[in-house]
Amino acid sequence: MKFIYQTWWKVLAVVIVLYTLIAGLLLNVPHMPILHETIRNVYFHVPMWMAMFTVFTISVIYSIKYLMNAKPEYDLIAVECANTGVFFFSVGLVTGMMWAKFTWGEFWSNDPKQNSAAIAFLLYCAYLVLRNSIDEEQKRARISAVYNIFAFPVMIVLIMILPRQTDSLHPGNGGNPAFGKLDMDNHMRIVLYPAFIAWSLIGVWIATLRYRISLLEYKKNAID
Amino acid sequence: MSVISQTKHLLKKEILLEWRSKYAFNGVLLYIASTVFVCYIAFNLSAGFTQSKGYPIVWNVLFWIIMLFAAVNAMAKSFMQESRSRMLYYYSIASPQAIILSKIIYNALLMALLSILAIGMYMIFFTNTIGDPLYYFLIVLLGSVSFATVFTMIAAIAAKAGNGGTLMAVLSFPVIIPVILLLIKSSKFAMDGLERSASYSNLGVLAAINVIVVGASLILFPYLWQD
Repeated sequence: MKFIYQTWWKVLAVVIVLYTLIAGLLLNVPHMPILHETIRNVYFHVPMWMAMFTVFTISVIYSIKYLMNAKPEYDLIAVECANTGVFFFSVGLVTGMMWAKFTWGEFWSNDPKQNSAAIAFLLYCAYLVLRNSIDEEQKRARISAVYNIFAFPVMIVLIMILPRQTDSLHPGNGGNPAFGKLDMDNHMRIVLYPAFIAWSLIGVWIATLRYRISLLEYKKNAID
Repeated sequence: MSVISQTKHLLKKEILLEWRSKYAFNGVLLYIASTVFVCYIAFNLSAGFTQSKGYPIVWNVLFWIIMLFAAVNAMAKSFMQESRSRMLYYYSIASPQAIILSKIIYNALLMALLSILAIGMYMIFFTNTIGDPLYYFLIVLLGSVSFATVFTMIAAIAAKAGNGGTLMAVLSFPVIIPVILLLIKSSKFAMDGLERSASYSNLGVLAAINVIVVGASLILFPYLWQD
């Protein structure tokens, strides 16, 4: 757990995010009909989902750890990661909607990818509602850990598998090429992949800050 | 006793209890009958509805929505009727896997029976020609079993949280939406009488979801029920 108190990876995350902001807006991108410059949104939209997957994965790992060894810290990590994930989820949805307005013509065009992302959003809102409905701490931690583990594979099926089976406008789904295939000279990768790492680190950073705050609160409320 | 023989005994007990009171079965059957009848009257208020172009689509979707709510009502009872002391008694004699497995099998049987009666009743009120009746019927059976597997685990969580109906709906709907989407899509194919192979991949995903949910229930239920 020492990792979360160290500084180097936070500095690294900020530096790479700054790099992707500048390089993402200035470097050359492939010229496509309809897309034009909106293709740059891939540097900002997709990393949000990567950050979300990272924190949700950490959350489910700590839920599993909680069930194996009921330490209250594990539950705090799981819930704060889920909270951070929900935040990145909303940012990912909003950036996607803005892009959709310029390329598909509507903020929300009943696309399978958008719909199943919205359903997965409800899934994690349900997790937070479930937590609020139980007062007893240990019971809350255990039951919500069970639901978290149950929800994670469903979220993966919803976001990654189902949209690929139908006709979706979203790049990379339903026969549409992802940007990787259009990007012949690998220009975009030198910005996109660092952005994945940087935003994931930022997500972890936010989650650790939230975890540390709630740990302090937990210790303050504890009876010695 | 092994898990299998425990499951058998618990399943027998579930069926026996249900057979004595017939409460869940009759209650849900009446629920389906009233819903179908209300829909029948409501839709026939506007003349010419059955001849309109969207009728087959509405027919298919409406059936699944009725089944969805019937399933929520039927499954919500499955853990709430168990009193705390009875759960403690089970805890001392049976393994948790046997308990959740017996509940899943019992719920699947109940839902399968209910869905057969429901589709019959639905067809009497809402007439429609189905291109591939046998296949449609199989999808209805598969759908009711999928509802049972998903809702059993959710009902266990909701019952533990001690806050029945609302929580059940909130927790289960995001999980059940992919299932119902796949069902509506494949049953529409069957209704239109398309090639059966067109919906194989959908049914494959559905079967995979079932396997994952049953597996997750078996692994997670032991953690859920200890107090």
